[in-house]
Amino acid sequence: MSPAIGATLNRVDGRFKVRGESRYSAEVPVTNLTHAVLVNAKIANGRITDIDTSEAERAEGVLAVLTHRNLGRVATVPRLLPSLAGLAAPGQTFFPLQDENVHYAGQPIAVVVADTIERADHAGTLIRVAYEPAPATTLLDQGRDRAYVPERIFGGLLPGQASRGDVEKALAEADVRVEASYRFAPNHHNPIEPGASTAVWEDADRLTIYDSTQGPSAVQFTVAELLGLPPISIRVVSHAVGGSFGSKAMVWHHPALAALAARHVGRPVRLVLTREQMFTSCGHREEQEQRITIGARADGRITALRHHKISLTSPFDDWAEPSLQSASVAYTSPNYEGVYHLVRGNTITPTFMRAPGEASGMFALECAMDELAERIGVDPLDLRMRNYSETDPESDHPWSSSGLRECYERAAELFGWHERDPRPRSRREGQWLIGTGLASALYPVTQPVNPQRARARIYNDGTAVVEAGVSEFGTGVFTAMTQVAADALGLPVERVRFVGGSSDLPNITAAVGSAGTSAVGSAVHLAACQLRDELIRRAVADDHSPLRGADPARVEVRDGKMVLCDRPDVGETYADLLHRTMTPDVEVLGTWNPPPQDAGYGVHTFGAQMAEVAVDADLGVVRVRRMVGVFAPGRVLNRKTAHSQLMGGMLWGLGQALMEATRMDPRLGRWANASLADYLVPVNADAPDVVVDTVEVRDDVVNPIGIKGVGEIGVVGAAAAIANAVHHATGRRQYELPITLEKLL
Amino acid sequence: MKSYQATRTAPAPDSAVVRGPGEVEVRLRVNGEVRRMFVEPRVSLLDALRDRLDLHGTKKGCNQGACGACTVWVDRRRVLACLTLAISCENREVTTIEGLSEGDTLHPMQQAFLDADAFQCGYCTPGQIMSAVALLDEGHAGDDDEIREWMSGNLCRCAAYPHIRSAIRRVRDEQEAGRAAR
Repeated sequence: MSPAIGATLNRVDGRFKVRGESRYSAEVPVTNLTHAVLVNAKIANGRITDIDTSEAERAEGVLAVLTHRNLGRVATVPRLLPSLAGLAAPGQTFFPLQDENVHYAGQPIAVVVADTIERADHAGTLIRVAYEPAPATTLLDQGRDRAYVPERIFGGLLPGQASRGDVEKALAEADVRVEASYRFAPNHHNPIEPGASTAVWEDADRLTIYDSTQGPSAVQFTVAELLGLPPISIRVVSHAVGGSFGSKAMVWHHPALAALAARHVGRPVRLVLTREQMFTSCGHREEQEQRITIGARADGRITALRHHKISLTSPFDDWAEPSLQSASVAYTSPNYEGVYHLVRGNTITPTFMRAPGEASGMFALECAMDELAERIGVDPLDLRMRNYSETDPESDHPWSSSGLRECYERAAELFGWHERDPRPRSRREGQWLIGTGLASALYPVTQPVNPQRARARIYNDGTAVVEAGVSEFGTGVFTAMTQVAADALGLPVERVRFVGGSSDLPNITAAVGSAGTSAVGSAVHLAACQLRDELIRRAVADDHSPLRGADPARVEVRDGKMVLCDRPDVGETYADLLHRTMTPDVEVLGTWNPPPQDAGYGVHTFGAQMAEVAVDADLGVVRVRRMVGVFAPGRVLNRKTAHSQLMGGMLWGLGQALMEATRMDPRLGRWANASLADYLVPVNADAPDVVVDTVEVRDDVVNPIGIKGVGEIGVVGAAAAIANAVHHATGRRQYELPITLEKLL
Repeated sequence: MKSYQATRTAPAPDSAVVRGPGEVEVRLRVNGEVRRMFVEPRVSLLDALRDRLDLHGTKKGCNQGACGACTVWVDRRRVLACLTLAISCENREVTTIEGLSEGDTLHPMQQAFLDADAFQCGYCTPGQIMSAVALLDEGHAGDDDEIREWMSGNLCRCAAYPHIRSAIRRVRDEQEAGRAAR
């Protein structure tokens, strides 16, 4: 039996998905269902002076209209803590409908419940609101003079500034200095499935929420605190999630609002965010600017790096995506300074968005590196290799594993990098200027801080079920977990079923930060190994077993049969043992205690990105013609699903580079393009064929199965490779994302 | 030529039957089966399928005609169910993802999507597949450029686009090989 890990197994839930049979959160059948819609504030700052709901209440089919006047107060608003911590994880430390104040446009100010979605929608339009508006800050430029350096960011997990060595001195002494500022438009995740919660109260203290989330237990804990209920009162179910990209990583208001509305009307309530509400209800990647200064010797060796970021956050929380993290350790740089500056504005608290921090921070660094390479006349790949650090420059600890050099070698080979003429504007095909660029990809390996659990049970027919409370939002985790369990148990994948998607199952942290598969995978691996060992232990202790008296260490399992390693003809199947001993099943709970973040190693995932673009010389249109990405994400559990994630990540980088921008209308303080027609994301015609490859690196530090995650690393560096290719094609540096065509005219 | 006066005095009243605005009986033929429901005329085909008939395979991504997740066929043509009123589909044949496969056997396009890993989260997938099958019938799958263009009404935020193209190519080539063999 060949191992399942590493194979290209089709998705175990794929058959349901291609038939449209998977039930996403708004599709779970519920009797006596009602529908809720949110009504949102139209001003960005101020207060509600009057809200007239009488006409809405009289409208046909309406069951309730809830506002700050009648919703009631929530018990507590938990502190903002990234959901990887495994505790309550609200997206912001503000809960709406508690008073008359409005802090951002799109803030929910009423919930309408009716018997059909059409009637709820219509009634929502009948609510009359009078506001007293106050001046609002909705753009970075409106608040620069009020910027401050926060003590900590990111839910308190990271310091607001960090340094090593003497950056000013090193910059003053550098042979070459590159200094540049990069601006980033705000971005929204826009999964195709909007956020959705269906709340069903079985009785006064038993609530089930069918929710679209990356972390069922995070929703359970957060709603429990908001409602003042114990966690045992709340079950969160998430069968299938239609994409997230960070928008469902934290717990926003709609699950609790659906629960409160359901309690109010005494019937189940379904609350589905509209596409427009997806721009104001679940965070975004914040508007930001980064200023980078690199000091280097004449040979390109970096001696100093200064990296400052200024960004817009909410009135409530010191949130900045951690853009300075990977950039601070990507290359050797003995002298470093990184500082976050924040400006409070009238916005929902920004949040994780795929490759949170690295997508922007590594863009800035990798574009500046390209500039440095040009300045000193060195090939950009060569410059990266000259500055490759064998240790984590921050801690000076060795990398747990790297693979960056191998990624670059492989990418250069697949792409044909070395045939490149380095001169800008050196290649033209008709009206198209052709250019190529590269960039490094780095993403930190972040460990969950709490134990991760999974349960494995084998039945006396030799089939096994493995359970953990993780949700499936497109990562392929259910498929990969089936493979991990099958290999550990020595069973073919067809005889193993993985069950996830509920807070009733063994607790797994929210699958965020590329840590989901390693967290659940480690727990599943340990549970399945313990179950196998337990069965072997029983067999060698059983007088009627052919394995009686054998050394358990000398027994292995092949295709469900426990056999002596050196005598595979001697043994019995799991089913034989369980039948003979009249045992219906055996079950174990596996617990993985993650290592501390600082276990004496630098832990990062590495990769190399290359892109070729064609820029219309007259019109400035940029087309990406091909992309190559090679990554070293540790062990690859399923080549097919892992490659899909990496490919999707790279195309996210394409979107970030060329299209994605949410535009603020500062007069109204509202997003001007809150729709999928106006917020541009890559469509089929934009997406070139993408070459993805992986370099296997063994990593015994990060977790028992040696995986480092593939969810974000594909995004990192892709936009920089494209921007650098645009420079190579046109001779023009790009300092603002997205690179829209007017910037090239 | 009709005069203003003639128009005003025309005796024939509007012969159309006024239905609504309350709930009215609507009969739809969906996947070959006649389905009856009582809905307001403002109910979209999408909400009728999902909320009234529990045909939830058709997805609601934007409800604005921008994402393509709700793509179904009306009389074998690709249609956005969110921009179509259910009542306007009476006497027409509506086909959804649930009507594509025959029993347990997947439609070749469904199998190709599965094998090519042409999806991740799966939420846009029914719409992609309904578009992809229609695309072949329309004759819009001649080469990759054509597939790219004619599949661009279906957003995939997971960005499985290269794999979607390869699934479509496979079914196209199988169909062509099948025709050549006959």
